[in-house]
Amino acid sequence: MAGTNISGKKKNRWAAGVTPYAEMGYYNADYQPKDTDILCAFRLVPHDSVEPIEAAAAVAGESSTATWTVVWTDRLTPYEHYQAKCYRVDPVPGTNQYIAYIAYDIDLFEEGSIANLTSSIIGNVFGFKALKSLRLEDMRIPPHYTKTFQGPPHGIVMEREYLNKFGRPLLGATIKPKLGLSARNYGRVVYEALRGGLDFSKDDENINSQPFMRWRDRFLFCMEAVNRAMAVTGEIKGHYLNVTAGTMEEMYERADFARELGSVIIMIDLTVGYTAIQSMAKWARRNGVILHLHRAGHGTYTRQKTHGVNFRVIAKWMRLAGVDHIHAGTVVGKLEGDPNAVRGYYDTLRENKVAVNPSLGLYFEQDWGSMPGVMPVASGGIHAGQMHQLLHYLGDDCVLQFGGGTIGHPDGVAQGATANRVAVEAIIQARNDGRDYLNEGPEILEGAARWSPELRKALEVWKDVTYNFESTDVPDAVATLTV
Amino acid sequence: MRITQGTFSYLPDFTDDEIKAQAQYCLVNGWAISVEYTDDPHPRNVYWEMWGLPIFDLTDPDAVMREINACRATFPEHYIKLNGYDRTKGRQTTMLSFIVNRPKHEPGFYLERTEERDRQIKYTIRSYSKSKPQDRVTTQD
Repeated sequence: MAGTNISGKKKNRWAAGVTPYAEMGYYNADYQPKDTDILCAFRLVPHDSVEPIEAAAAVAGESSTATWTVVWTDRLTPYEHYQAKCYRVDPVPGTNQYIAYIAYDIDLFEEGSIANLTSSIIGNVFGFKALKSLRLEDMRIPPHYTKTFQGPPHGIVMEREYLNKFGRPLLGATIKPKLGLSARNYGRVVYEALRGGLDFSKDDENINSQPFMRWRDRFLFCMEAVNRAMAVTGEIKGHYLNVTAGTMEEMYERADFARELGSVIIMIDLTVGYTAIQSMAKWARRNGVILHLHRAGHGTYTRQKTHGVNFRVIAKWMRLAGVDHIHAGTVVGKLEGDPNAVRGYYDTLRENKVAVNPSLGLYFEQDWGSMPGVMPVASGGIHAGQMHQLLHYLGDDCVLQFGGGTIGHPDGVAQGATANRVAVEAIIQARNDGRDYLNEGPEILEGAARWSPELRKALEVWKDVTYNFESTDVPDAVATLTV
Repeated sequence: MRITQGTFSYLPDFTDDEIKAQAQYCLVNGWAISVEYTDDPHPRNVYWEMWGLPIFDLTDPDAVMREINACRATFPEHYIKLNGYDRTKGRQTTMLSFIVNRPKHEPGFYLERTEERDRQIKYTIRSYSKSKPQDRVTTQD
């Protein structure tokens, strides 16, 4: 246990005026967290004039019962029960940062409300002057609380059984250019991508209902494309119809229309807000439509190591809120994602029990109590030539989305789709055969490219594309590693 | 046309040795193996006929090949698939499923459109294999 004692004389707990948070009961090194407590790990940098323990206690205070001064009305409550307690403060070696562990009694939170949970825990503390910076790194959410949430409308297993697709990652593509296509042209790209071998195509996050393509027109042309592709392949296909809109009423209208047209899946953006996500989760469960979530905007608060909310926490909130898909990083693509951190997100989304693992950035054990898993989606700058790495890092239960890596194929969209499907099936076959598919990946893909002209062309075009940038967000326990 | 359901439909049809290697992968994982067949590969035909019960407690992939070959001998012009099933908690589902036999001619599907109001279209996919001969106006080969 690190930290410094609060120096100086203690004044009476109830004397009017300002008392250090640590002295008001928001720091208690002897506190033993209860099984039902919600636990948080915050990364904080105290102001130079503030002791780390006082800074941590201030976070506990301001995210639970406290205000800046002593209030006698606390004495009308069993305040000890409602106070969050910081029970541990660890320095992060080689930095001016500390990890503060804080326990919150389950009574502080409304059942089944991400809005309420987050209004408490991140509602007020991030602008606190006593802190130079603050980041919520992880949360332990006990089964007593997870059981108050619906969770994913379908989950990984139900989605696979519904789509009749087993034994390999699902494949998708985001339609490009993301803005500007007319509905009719857009549907053409959907058709080509699906008939070529992808399972899904996708609206991008900012495709809603703009002057160049209104939502209803897009839905009609996309469903023509989806059904046509199903007839020529004999497979179930889907297009994530983005129902994101300015009001809930419009979102419901669009979602209802997608369902009427027979779409297996709809999508929403993270920007719609937690309550809207939970409402759409209920809608999706009620109507048997898979719900895809695009994490639009998350980088503004998840990326920087000393500010905001780590994505693993967002992943937990979204599993509770109830989505079937969520974008969670690619490791090898164009967007931020340290391999260990991404592995931690994927485990958090998919597994039933997740153990403490500092090298994956997992501060707490997490027991999901049989809540179905969320399918992670890998999207952004990936291509067929990386298939062995993608399978190695991300596993089977995910959606690999090749937007440019399908539509940018020199011979056509369908050919790009086929290249990706051939690549994934070839790598899966090799993996199941017991081959060292990670190291032999290039050779396995070359082998398939000998009989697949689509894959051969894809490998030629994209063979040297990698994104070797150092990640900004790497678990403390591991050295920086990029792929 | 070539129906692309199943884990490996974009690869050339597997040899018996390649099928056996995948069966071995199922056995190593402790998955039960089953063989199913149909003459109606409609994308939403979930319940293909079972070629006997799923094989539990199997250790020898040759036994799987014997079942597949017996099914092939009886239904040479049907679709036949091999499934690996994982009973463990939280999965309780199919883990691998791929086609091991196809008819020489795959007739494919007809997409029927019913026009409704406000530009809406209701789509129905019909398997040519289940239609009366006079319905087979076009094929998609």
